[in-house]
Amino acid sequence: MDWDFIHRFTPMYVEAAGLTLSIGLMGIGLSLLVGFGCCMARYFRVPVLRQIAKAYIELARNTPLLVQLFFLYFGLPKVGIRLSAEACAITGLTFLGGAYMAEAMRSGIEAVEKSQHESGACLGLTRWQVLQYIVFPQAFATAVPAICANVIFLIKETSVFSAVALADLMYVAKDLIGMYYKTDEALLMLVAAYLVILLPVSLLFTLLERRMHHAGSGSVRPAEGT
Amino acid sequence: MAETLLEIRNLHKSFEGVSVLKDVSLSIAQGEVVVIIGPSGCGKSTLLRCINGLEAVDSGEILLRGERISGQKKALHLVRQRIGMVFQSYDLFPHMDVMANLLLGPIKALGKSRREVAEEAERFLVRVGLQDKAHAMPGQLSGGQKQRVALVRAMLMHPEMLLLDEITAALDPEMVREVLNVVLDLARDGVTMAIVTHEMRFAEAVADRVVFLEGGDIVEQAPPEKFFHQPETERAQQFLDTFDYKKS
Amino acid sequence: MPDQALSVLLKGRNLERLLGGLGVTLELSAMSIVLSVLLGLVLGLIMTLRSSIIRAICRLWLETIRIVPQLVLLFLVYFGMAKTFDIQMSAETAAVIVFTFWGTGEMGDLVRGALTSIPRHQRESAAALGLTKVQSFRYVLLPQTLRRLIPQSINLATRMIKTTSLVMLIGVVEVLKVTQQIIDANRYDAPQAAVWLYAVVFFLYFIVCWPISLLAGWLEKKWS
Repeated sequence: MDWDFIHRFTPMYVEAAGLTLSIGLMGIGLSLLVGFGCCMARYFRVPVLRQIAKAYIELARNTPLLVQLFFLYFGLPKVGIRLSAEACAITGLTFLGGAYMAEAMRSGIEAVEKSQHESGACLGLTRWQVLQYIVFPQAFATAVPAICANVIFLIKETSVFSAVALADLMYVAKDLIGMYYKTDEALLMLVAAYLVILLPVSLLFTLLERRMHHAGSGSVRPAEGT
Repeated sequence: MAETLLEIRNLHKSFEGVSVLKDVSLSIAQGEVVVIIGPSGCGKSTLLRCINGLEAVDSGEILLRGERISGQKKALHLVRQRIGMVFQSYDLFPHMDVMANLLLGPIKALGKSRREVAEEAERFLVRVGLQDKAHAMPGQLSGGQKQRVALVRAMLMHPEMLLLDEITAALDPEMVREVLNVVLDLARDGVTMAIVTHEMRFAEAVADRVVFLEGGDIVEQAPPEKFFHQPETERAQQFLDTFDYKKS
Repeated sequence: MPDQALSVLLKGRNLERLLGGLGVTLELSAMSIVLSVLLGLVLGLIMTLRSSIIRAICRLWLETIRIVPQLVLLFLVYFGMAKTFDIQMSAETAAVIVFTFWGTGEMGDLVRGALTSIPRHQRESAAALGLTKVQSFRYVLLPQTLRRLIPQSINLATRMIKTTSLVMLIGVVEVLKVTQQIIDANRYDAPQAAVWLYAVVFFLYFIVCWPISLLAGWLEKKWS
């Protein structure tokens, strides 16, 4: 192992990790918004919007992010829509993540018993008030494990951004392998970078879920997309 | 005769082609306690649920103080502010303590200030014997305690009438009385109520009028002393007989 | 524009090549799925054992596959193994190894979850009926376990199919790579075909995965 090499190129990884993280976080934030929008369109049975939401969720959940990215980055420019690599990455991640988040939120809301909605309604609260004060706080507790799993899933998915020439962690690793043939070192730093990012997140989420009584029986955490 | 508070005219309701209520008409006067009894599946719960709009009616209408409240969707929450309802399964909000459960409706739906309602809530808790439970979570209460909180929660809205849907059906026998005592107390105060119950002794004690519903029809209605001792119809007699045990 | 794409698609053996690429995708997925299910069943049974060493190992396995992106695992096996241990393997082999390693872990966790989710009183009431241990497993526990497990493993299968798209990044010529080659070959005659051809791949994946997802959802609803 060439430690000098590792030392020399660590700053590159740090920078790439910053890019991975910032795009990941932006995509996750937007995913939560899109997911919430879809979830509400379906909950309030908004005509047209709810059919669109349903179709979108099915499309996004049944296609790979890499294909979505290729369409955005290599396909769209040919018809005059040119997005930067960053914009493609954020759009792609949001397209994918929004659908998963919508499903996580929906399962949370569905886990709240119908009688809770009804007794809220019987107090003369409006539908929105029932959601706000009674349903959301309870749905949140059930949805958290799935939302956390999706967050980790989405951060992991950022690894394919290198395919659209975004200088993320994966890209730097590939670059170093290509240029210096330091495969071991480059890969070691790559794995280390993902561990540094995701291990704390994973531990934090596990703790959070424990506190919310949804630790599950010994499982690390639910897999994404459940 | 007191003023008519609630009037139900020719109510029909069916679920997936099965008629649950067939042409039900019933009126309830201000301050009256009407107990609705009948075999399970006779439509008694559906009747209550139609009154406050939890189920939409197929035809017929429901009037509250002469004002039509059925067949509309927009202002349902305003109707429900005037009609309280308590269910079999208590349905306290598990993420809030007792006090928060009690204050939610008055503060958010009626826009009252916390201070004025909190004081009243505490008085009510004393009245039902739960003064020391104001900050307990629902999960820490027994079924009977939860149901008493649910009653207080409904009463704090100062509803014009109260609908009670088998509120003791899920309780252990020893807890039934503590809940029913609260209801008797409310009845003495002149609260208008429509009550669905299987507790015949309680029905007899609390009712001003008993309505016997079977197969979606009102078969008989009478004051309790008459209904329980000399029912006019064969069907009511048969129903009452099912509550007797005889070793043959 | 769609005409341009259509003519490219129908030119020469392009359509055949594209479907051939899809074949590679599905073949890799099928192999990984079958191996994962078989190995996962065994792993799941092992995971229910009460040994703390086994638990620690399984937990490490699960944490690894859930933290390290699949693409990184592919690079580790394909490039890392080749260099460090001087094992030369094809990209396809590397892919099957990685997806099986990942799928087995996930499947094992599903099996463990399904086995431990059966409420204790089910076991007890089976015993109360006088069933032997084997009988109660066969008639009471196994059917319930399968009802939970099958929809979840079908979902896992769609996830694995989607993830195989990554193998093009280590040089496997599958459906996405074939599309890229076709687009490259026609970039002067039919530049705008790209957007439609990528859309075709998008829908190919959708057509493969969607029915499987629907099946999983339907089974889940039916059995819950």
